[in-house]
Amino acid sequence: MSGEIEIQNLKSRDPFAEADEDSGQTTQTQEYIHIRIQQRNGRKTLTTVQGIPTKFDHKKILKVIKKEFACNGTIISDTESKGLGEVIQLQGDHRLKIKDFLTDKENGLGLDEKTIKIHGF
Amino acid sequence: MSTEEPALQRRASRKSVAFTEEKLVVDADGSVTVMATPNDDTKDTAVSHTPRTPPLAAALRASTDASQAPADGAADGAEANPDGLDLSLMKKKKKKVKKEDGESGDGAAAAGGEEAIDLSMKKKKKKKVPKEEDEFAKKLEALNLEGGESAEAPAEEGVQDGDMEKGTGIWAHDETRTINYDPLLSRFFALLAQKNPDHASTGTRSYKIPPPQCLREGNKKTIFANLPEICKRMKRADEHVTAYLFAELGTSGSVDGSRRLVIKGRFQQKQIENVLRTYIIEYVTCKTCRSPNTELSKGENRLYFITCNSCGSRRSVQAIKTGFSAQVGKRRKMQG
Repeated sequence: MSGEIEIQNLKSRDPFAEADEDSGQTTQTQEYIHIRIQQRNGRKTLTTVQGIPTKFDHKKILKVIKKEFACNGTIISDTESKGLGEVIQLQGDHRLKIKDFLTDKENGLGLDEKTIKIHGF
Repeated sequence: MSTEEPALQRRASRKSVAFTEEKLVVDADGSVTVMATPNDDTKDTAVSHTPRTPPLAAALRASTDASQAPADGAADGAEANPDGLDLSLMKKKKKKVKKEDGESGDGAAAAGGEEAIDLSMKKKKKKKVPKEEDEFAKKLEALNLEGGESAEAPAEEGVQDGDMEKGTGIWAHDETRTINYDPLLSRFFALLAQKNPDHASTGTRSYKIPPPQCLREGNKKTIFANLPEICKRMKRADEHVTAYLFAELGTSGSVDGSRRLVIKGRFQQKQIENVLRTYIIEYVTCKTCRSPNTELSKGENRLYFITCNSCGSRRSVQAIKTGFSAQVGKRRKMQG
């Protein structure tokens, strides 16, 4: 009997653990940070950063980025229409710099590189 | 190899026969293993495999060439009075050791080239192993007779060797010793290469698509001329590739009369190439076997699945999402 109970316990424990892990993983994988680029007129471009976790203060991030990259930018909140959350939009091509900033552990956000996707050419 | 040296010297002072023997074995093993790491760290008792080797060696002796005979004789002599003939034997052996060192280096290099183990290597192994086993067995017999001091020698000779194909040494069916990781790994790759000779070739052959031809239409549009051709090559629907291109480039466009794609914005060939490359990685190549021979199909619940034609694996891929696209140009009229 005791053996059975133990086995059952194990069984019940394992799937839950896996499920928890799975859900955690899926949420992690789903929450990609997308860095995109868009062409404007001429040589001008826009860089958009979508999906920065809400635990960070986007306004502060923007302030730091603007100073560091010497560019202007805005926060576009697209929460209602498409559910994209707040998107940081910067003027110019800053994709690689943004990625460095997001992954930097000392001066940046220290995010995992795997959660960041760079789009565009 | 550094761990080998001190042991080598220590043993050399005591008994040269055993030491040379051991060296040989290690070399043979090093030539077999891809990593070429010495297996000296973990030594099992060779006593367990002593009874097995002599008959095999006897059988092999028949097949080995005549040049083998004198060496055997010398070895015999050495064992008859183990501490007497040391010097001469040592010289002989040393030469051999050097030669085989070179060979093993070659073998390791060949194996290290990721191309698995080629034929020449196998031949070498076959030639070498019987020789050593032959002498090895003889010496083991002699050493067993001696007992005492020699007890350690077989222990050191418990370095994991043996012919994988013949199923000898550590590869014997009824062998109970645990096999080291490195030999196992090399065995795995050797078998893999043996059973699937086409794998190595597919790994090296790169997947080629015709380079995208980009023309400029006016000032603000780019024409991607050979999209149908590329899609055909990748076996993907034009629309799918187009959607991906638009999503990645963050633009829009249309298809003109002769099925060319007109993209809004200025793009160079290189940029389109980069996007196509990411497309191929994400939607064409099989993640399991890296073969580009795959099919994209719509699965049951509106999910896209990639089915590999060469290995049969199936995986789901993300739908193409445009994501956020900023307002460029004229402002939206609907915005309050």
